[in-house]
Amino acid sequence: MLKVENLTKSYASGGRDLTVLEAVSFELQAQDTFAIVGPSGSGKTTLLGLCAGLDRASAGSVWLNGIQLDDLSEDQRAAVRNEHVGFIFQNFQLLPSLTALENVLVPLELRGVRGGTRTAQELLERVGLGGRGHHYPTQLSGGEQQRVSLARAFANRPKILFADEPTGNLDADTSATVVELLFELNREAGTTLVLVTHDLELAARTQRIVRIKGGSVVSDTVNQESAEIARLSS
Amino acid sequence: MSNFLFIWRMAWRDSRRSRSRLLLFTSAIVLGIAALVGINGFGDNLARSIDEQARELVGADLVLSASQPFDSTLQTTLRRLGERRSQEVAFASLVQFPKGQGVRLAQVRALTGGFPYYGEWLTEPGSAVAAFREAGPAGQRVALVDDALLAQFAARPGDSIKVGELTFRIVGRVRKTPGQSGFSASVAPTVFIPRELVEQTGLLQRGSRVQYRTYYQFAPGTNVDQLIQPLTARLDQANIDSDTVAERKRQTGRSFTNVTRFLNLVAFVALLLGCVGVASAVSLYVREKVAAVAVLRCLGASGWQAVLIYLLQTALMGLLGAILGAALGTGIQLLLPKVVEGFLPVTVSVAISWSAVAEGIVTGVFVAVLFALLPLLSIRRVSPLRTLRASLEEDTAGPDPLRGVVYGLILLFITGFAYLQTRDWKLALGFAGGLLLTFGVLAGVGEGLRRLVRRYFPSSWSYVWRQGLANLYRPNNQTLLLTVSIGLGVFLLATLYLLQGLLLSQVEISSTGGQPNLVLFDIQSAQREGVTQLVKRNGLPVLQEVPVVTMRLSAINGRSAAELKKDTASGVSKGALGREYRVTYRDSLISSETLEAGRPPFLGSDGIPRVSFDDGFTERLKIKIGDTLTFNVQGAPLVTIVGGTRTVDWSRVQTNFLVVFPNGVLEPAPQFHVLLTRVPDNATLAAVQRELVTNFPNVSAIDLGLILQTLDEILTKISFVIRFMALFSMATGLLVLVSSVVVSRYQRVRESVLLRTLGASRGQILRITLVEYALLGLLAAVAGLGLAVMAAWALGAFVFEVAFVPQIGPLLLLAILTTALTAIIGLLNSRDVLTRPPLEVLRGEVS
Repeated sequence: MLKVENLTKSYASGGRDLTVLEAVSFELQAQDTFAIVGPSGSGKTTLLGLCAGLDRASAGSVWLNGIQLDDLSEDQRAAVRNEHVGFIFQNFQLLPSLTALENVLVPLELRGVRGGTRTAQELLERVGLGGRGHHYPTQLSGGEQQRVSLARAFANRPKILFADEPTGNLDADTSATVVELLFELNREAGTTLVLVTHDLELAARTQRIVRIKGGSVVSDTVNQESAEIARLSS
Repeated sequence: MSNFLFIWRMAWRDSRRSRSRLLLFTSAIVLGIAALVGINGFGDNLARSIDEQARELVGADLVLSASQPFDSTLQTTLRRLGERRSQEVAFASLVQFPKGQGVRLAQVRALTGGFPYYGEWLTEPGSAVAAFREAGPAGQRVALVDDALLAQFAARPGDSIKVGELTFRIVGRVRKTPGQSGFSASVAPTVFIPRELVEQTGLLQRGSRVQYRTYYQFAPGTNVDQLIQPLTARLDQANIDSDTVAERKRQTGRSFTNVTRFLNLVAFVALLLGCVGVASAVSLYVREKVAAVAVLRCLGASGWQAVLIYLLQTALMGLLGAILGAALGTGIQLLLPKVVEGFLPVTVSVAISWSAVAEGIVTGVFVAVLFALLPLLSIRRVSPLRTLRASLEEDTAGPDPLRGVVYGLILLFITGFAYLQTRDWKLALGFAGGLLLTFGVLAGVGEGLRRLVRRYFPSSWSYVWRQGLANLYRPNNQTLLLTVSIGLGVFLLATLYLLQGLLLSQVEISSTGGQPNLVLFDIQSAQREGVTQLVKRNGLPVLQEVPVVTMRLSAINGRSAAELKKDTASGVSKGALGREYRVTYRDSLISSETLEAGRPPFLGSDGIPRVSFDDGFTERLKIKIGDTLTFNVQGAPLVTIVGGTRTVDWSRVQTNFLVVFPNGVLEPAPQFHVLLTRVPDNATLAAVQRELVTNFPNVSAIDLGLILQTLDEILTKISFVIRFMALFSMATGLLVLVSSVVVSRYQRVRESVLLRTLGASRGQILRITLVEYALLGLLAAVAGLGLAVMAAWALGAFVFEVAFVPQIGPLLLLAILTTALTAIIGLLNSRDVLTRPPLEVLRGEVS
């Protein structure tokens, strides 16, 4: 589902090249759950951005659902994202002038799906916000906004979901609810999940954990317990 | 289709929270469009009215005119042209009201027949016209007199008026004569007397400046152009001009088209200023929308889809702005005829010009989209990575070639529009170039300020000053935008103001110093001695005294004027070929002349006079030194050779001439003399005029003081119209200022609230804002004024040829007003800081 080979990213900074990610490689199968952990500035968000086709690598390659992203233009990558990818962000990234329902509708309307409103409404109900569809983001709490964000992420039935610190802006109770929902939805849809977090407890719920430090992978471990649960539940 | 549906829906939804702001920045184009629609609509109405009323303008189907009685050999032919005809002899003369001893220069029209055939000759009482027409053949001495003239001397019908040696009873007050605007009546009010009595006035003498006219009325449907076609050559030969309704339509239409086109350019500048406002407001708007665009990109929207969402918003708002502007413009268009009533020869019928409205709306949407495209293009390059990293600063990888294309389109549009208005590529390019230069200089000043403040930042100054100054170059600053928009408004207004001063100063020269202020005209050779003595007896100086001979050009280097007129390739100006030349003769140049080439006028040893030409005029006639010119001196041919050229300072109050002959040639020719003198006061003026009208009734006295006053009135009216248009630019500048300040409010309020949270007092925050905006306003005003002074100087030096002295007082006032206004708007905008709780802002709940 996702194959990363020798991924390197460097920026020109103050006349020197600053390498933030160096020769990272891994491969994920469909329905895998995967966490990237590491301290601030270790390069984990950069890695997520590259995997999701939000940025271009300086070297190395990314294959997403068999499509090599490296040579695609930004607009071609946008089409790939719309087709195969879902996103969850730390700060929710809902469009402030759209209602909750309209926010969920965006990926469907971008695809030109007819009757998207019903799907979006079902998804909102699934995340427990069926009655809040006409509220604007500012009228929702942080947890509610992240749940709308979840509904939006699953709206286009993505093959792979990227989540960047999904609980980073939430309190402990709300976090737990959102995380539960995230894994439930993920399981139901059979989506591959890539999670960036420094919350080790959250990471522990995935089947595989990659640790990054200074732009390089320092460990890549399979979480036996989680993997077993996943195997059983599938 | 689904793509468009998505864009449409997104544009609609996304605009929800920004509609009032979007409306504000499209409001910047409202006034520009209003001015355009107003002027264009008025122009359309004027053109239609001229079309409808052209016949009334002429008052007849055909007018033949000449400066001498029509050639006797033509009389029979001309009589055969039509039965219904009127004859007129017109000339300027002093007229006197015996009752109050009032004397004034008037246009005397000695008329017989049924003229005017079209249009209404409005008199009081209404029966006066019939009385006047009957009086002529009966030899009764009656006159119709212009209302302005009667009003000046408190005279009324029943009183008498003396014209030359005859006294006439005034039978009516003339309110309106077809073909004469209220304006020309105020310069030279008219007195109508019967044609049959004109000889008895003793005013027609050899050399007098007299116009002889015959008016014809033909059966309806007659093709007048076709009718006189066979006569054209003979009329030309006899120096008889013909004027038909069709010709008058063309001429009047053309001259007013020029006026409306000029005003259109002024309106266009207002529109462009508004466009700058749109571009800058959209650019601030786009900055706010970057986060939303990044999310859309992340979710799979293409770059162009994102651009189109915001372009659609702008286009719709542009449409709304244009419709509002067109509605306002229609109102102006209905109002304008009232403002310019006095200038126009026709009564402008008022109707909504739908073509002007449509043109305004299309132009409005087009410019809004074109100028909004500049900032909107950057949306294409917003990286979806911003969703992960909010602090990502640069999305652009190198310069965007599409921006160059849009800049090119804008330049093309400006030049194209200017061309459409002026139909002159040189002018259009000059207009676009001048505008580009102005924008460039103002942008340069803004950018320069930004860099200067940054480079030489006064670190030792107080906190308030440092913060205020730093605002000029920190991210999201408005330095460039405000210097350009305020500067351009100030520039336009100041230039128009200085220009008016320049034009007035040109005529004011005559009222100061020892310059002549009274011109005695039409002095016959035999009267020369007597008039000179009359002047001296009254203790007045003879400042200049010159003979004037009138003639026409009949051939250049053996090619007849008629032949040259037909030859379009010759490049010789038709006006220069057809005009009447008033020349003088002397062997030397005078103080207002400088020898350019050749020699001053002299009589060649071969007996052929070597004449001196005005340097600029040789270009119009395409002649050079050594060329042979044949003049027709009232019937007698006279061969001359161009012996020299000279430059003439036309702004000096002197009798200046295009052509000067040497002594010893024109002395026997029919001629009159002009004498220039200076009267110290109105009492002396009245005394001289009275004495003149008694002893030399044919001599005209032109009171330059009166002319000056009239000119001043005209200029005041014209400048009112121009200022009215400039007001649109200024108001647009103000709107741009308000909208750009308001659009950036969110940013400002957040910063100020942060400062407040950190302990800054209200006073400190207000002072910081004051420093920033007052500085911006002052700099923009100074830059605009500097440009205006340069423009006025250049116009003075190269176009009007007068020394330009800027009026410091009004300019200073304008600078202070602009600075104060900018600061006040900035401060008003910061009100929020004082009313909103900091927490609300810090939580990002301010919209």
